[in-house]
Amino acid sequence: MADSTYPMPGSLAEAPRQRWSQAAILEWLHSWVTTVDHKKLGILYMLYSIFFLLVGGVEAILIRIQLMQPNLHFISPQVFNRLFTMHGTTMVFLVGMTYIFGFANYLIPLMIGARDMAFPRLNALSFWLTFFGGLLLYYSFIGGGGLYGQGNAPDVGWWAYAPLTSRAFTPGHSTDYWALSLIVTGFGTIGASVNVVATALCMRCKGMTLMRLPLFVWLNVVTSALALITITPLTAAQIMLLIDRYLGGHFFDTQAGGSAVVWAHFFWIFGHPEVYVLVLPAFAIANEVIPVFSRKAIFGYPAMAAASVAIAFVSLGVWAHHMFTIGMTSVGNAFFVLSTMLVGIPTGIKIFNWIATMWGGKIRFATPMLFCTGFLVQFLLAGLTGIMLSVAPWDWQLHNSYFVIAHFHYVLVGGIVFCIFAGIYYWYPKVTGRMLSETLGKWHFWLFVIGFHITFDLMHIPGLLGMPRSIYTYEANRGWGTLNMIISIGGLIQAVAVLVFAVNLVWSYFKGKEAGNDPWDAWTLEWAAASPPPAYNFATDPVVTSRRPLWDLKHPEDPDWKYE
Amino acid sequence: MSEGVEAMSTIALVQEPEHAFTQPSKGRVAMFCVIIAESAIFTIFVVAYIYNIGKSLYGPTPRQVLEIPIFNSICLLSSSLTIWLSEHAIERGKVKSFGLWWGLTFVLGAIFLAGTGVEWHKLIYEDGLTISTNLFGTTFYSLVGLHASHVIIGLIALLTVLLFTVTGHVRQEHAERIQILALYWHFVDAVWIIVFTVVYILGR
Repeated sequence: MADSTYPMPGSLAEAPRQRWSQAAILEWLHSWVTTVDHKKLGILYMLYSIFFLLVGGVEAILIRIQLMQPNLHFISPQVFNRLFTMHGTTMVFLVGMTYIFGFANYLIPLMIGARDMAFPRLNALSFWLTFFGGLLLYYSFIGGGGLYGQGNAPDVGWWAYAPLTSRAFTPGHSTDYWALSLIVTGFGTIGASVNVVATALCMRCKGMTLMRLPLFVWLNVVTSALALITITPLTAAQIMLLIDRYLGGHFFDTQAGGSAVVWAHFFWIFGHPEVYVLVLPAFAIANEVIPVFSRKAIFGYPAMAAASVAIAFVSLGVWAHHMFTIGMTSVGNAFFVLSTMLVGIPTGIKIFNWIATMWGGKIRFATPMLFCTGFLVQFLLAGLTGIMLSVAPWDWQLHNSYFVIAHFHYVLVGGIVFCIFAGIYYWYPKVTGRMLSETLGKWHFWLFVIGFHITFDLMHIPGLLGMPRSIYTYEANRGWGTLNMIISIGGLIQAVAVLVFAVNLVWSYFKGKEAGNDPWDAWTLEWAAASPPPAYNFATDPVVTSRRPLWDLKHPEDPDWKYE
Repeated sequence: MSEGVEAMSTIALVQEPEHAFTQPSKGRVAMFCVIIAESAIFTIFVVAYIYNIGKSLYGPTPRQVLEIPIFNSICLLSSSLTIWLSEHAIERGKVKSFGLWWGLTFVLGAIFLAGTGVEWHKLIYEDGLTISTNLFGTTFYSLVGLHASHVIIGLIALLTVLLFTVTGHVRQEHAERIQILALYWHFVDAVWIIVFTVVYILGR
């Protein structure tokens, strides 16, 4: 096939290769900085997410080294507070919120047979807002002290409860950088969410009805719709915080009649649905990976879509289960206990559907499927400790303890990070044209799963024994020492696993096996494009007649649309 | 499977979808998304206002200083009607009538903004109420100010379109874009009804 549609002799292969000169490098850089292409922006989001995953991971490791033994002084108490604040903020806003749009940007237009997102320039704006929001947060290490002295980072916890954030208790600018950074990344998120919803609803190729939309796209639409009403309350609360800090306002100032509890409410009105904003795209990845590697169509497609919508709705009414110990009426407690337990129903439906998809399937345990299997088990366990914590009296006992930390890391690492890895192993061939090494992938998986369970299974126990979260160190006679040592060792094993992953990413980019267009024998439209896809995605607009267009193509004798 | 693309288009193009396939306008969907997101921001500020009604530990109180901005409100709310008339005009290609109604909308919005400015000037310089004076000041200026900032953004957008109209660049085919922009203005007006109710009726 000729490289050009114009009648000119020769092909690109015969053209002299361009040297890696300064001009070429500048041109290459320029093409990435000014890009409005959904694939390039998707890659930028993913690189950003992975970079901050490593940064947040280093922060976690420093925290774990500090907690390895009682009365250790590896880092100072001030640094410890900054580290757990930055770890939480980084992982939620710079890793969690960006991987969503990395996958969504790259895959949604390909999956729905579109040329690009609905608003390519808004897409670029959203990415760069998020990018500079992240820089703003980390700039606080240099500029946080303001004119008062040397720099420091925010140290108020990622939940930043009032009145600790008031000017009297937190002088300097570190908290302002934190608030501004989250406002800026928040605007980025809103822009990207608007784009995802508009793309999925308005840019579908012919025949791609809503009931034929890949579940990945469905779940990302639900995620983005939820993000629109989840991120904005945080933006509002941050504006109030800045008004309090800069203009002498009294929103959270109890001495002038304001209320610190109101901050907690506003924060968790954002904070709890945020968990579902983070986890739904992970479900979206599992929805694509599990059927392909079980060689079966997804079980209960409408139920999966409906359950996602149900999760989004229920998630809006559960926030105060973070606040049982702050004190509420018994009616309030009962409401939030029950609404929290209600989340178990749609998530249960999902887990049953994934198991039913695997049931009787011809399962191939390639690395993406290994990670998704790990996700299923761990997410179930995380859900069960979630149900335990939803019971108010149990929560009164264990609130602010390491049991809670273990629970939500089970969700965030055991659920979400496992799915992110599954997604990267699954779509890396599409993005780069090369397979990730399966050998390194298996090492990555097994080291990570072992490290994960050593760390987070055992982390429940010091919580039950009464070890509070966010403490700098502890006395030797508490009996938490050995457990903490093992937990930290598990953390180091996970770090090694992530290093294996990073090596795999780089090595496979240069030396990996050629992938071809459809290495996994999959069914959604992105696998019909070349790997990596050309800038225009599809030479002609695809037309689909079922949920699995590539299945129809490969099996004309038994197409899916016969059963719809 | 590099033949996949071609194979797909040849096979799939034969089978036309069985029913007509329409999708909503992406501009409208995006604007509705923005409105939903904005509503969430306003909800938080309105809740903060309602929660803090009467919680100020010291004066001045709303009853002492606030006057009900009836003229202002009539101006802003009637601008929803004028913009609706201008939407109708451009849909039928009546550019001149569109320009008139659109210009009137801008003027009404500007009067509202100026009225807010006069109100704030009185509150600050005569009544001594600033954002840091008391809890009422904090919640009042942030809620009304949040709304006013949306009016300002709306006015900038209205003015831009007005300039395009005056220079003869607006034609009938832009009707949809204009209607999408008008959605935002309707939203800003609708929010004022809530802000007005909360601040000047419930809170006073």
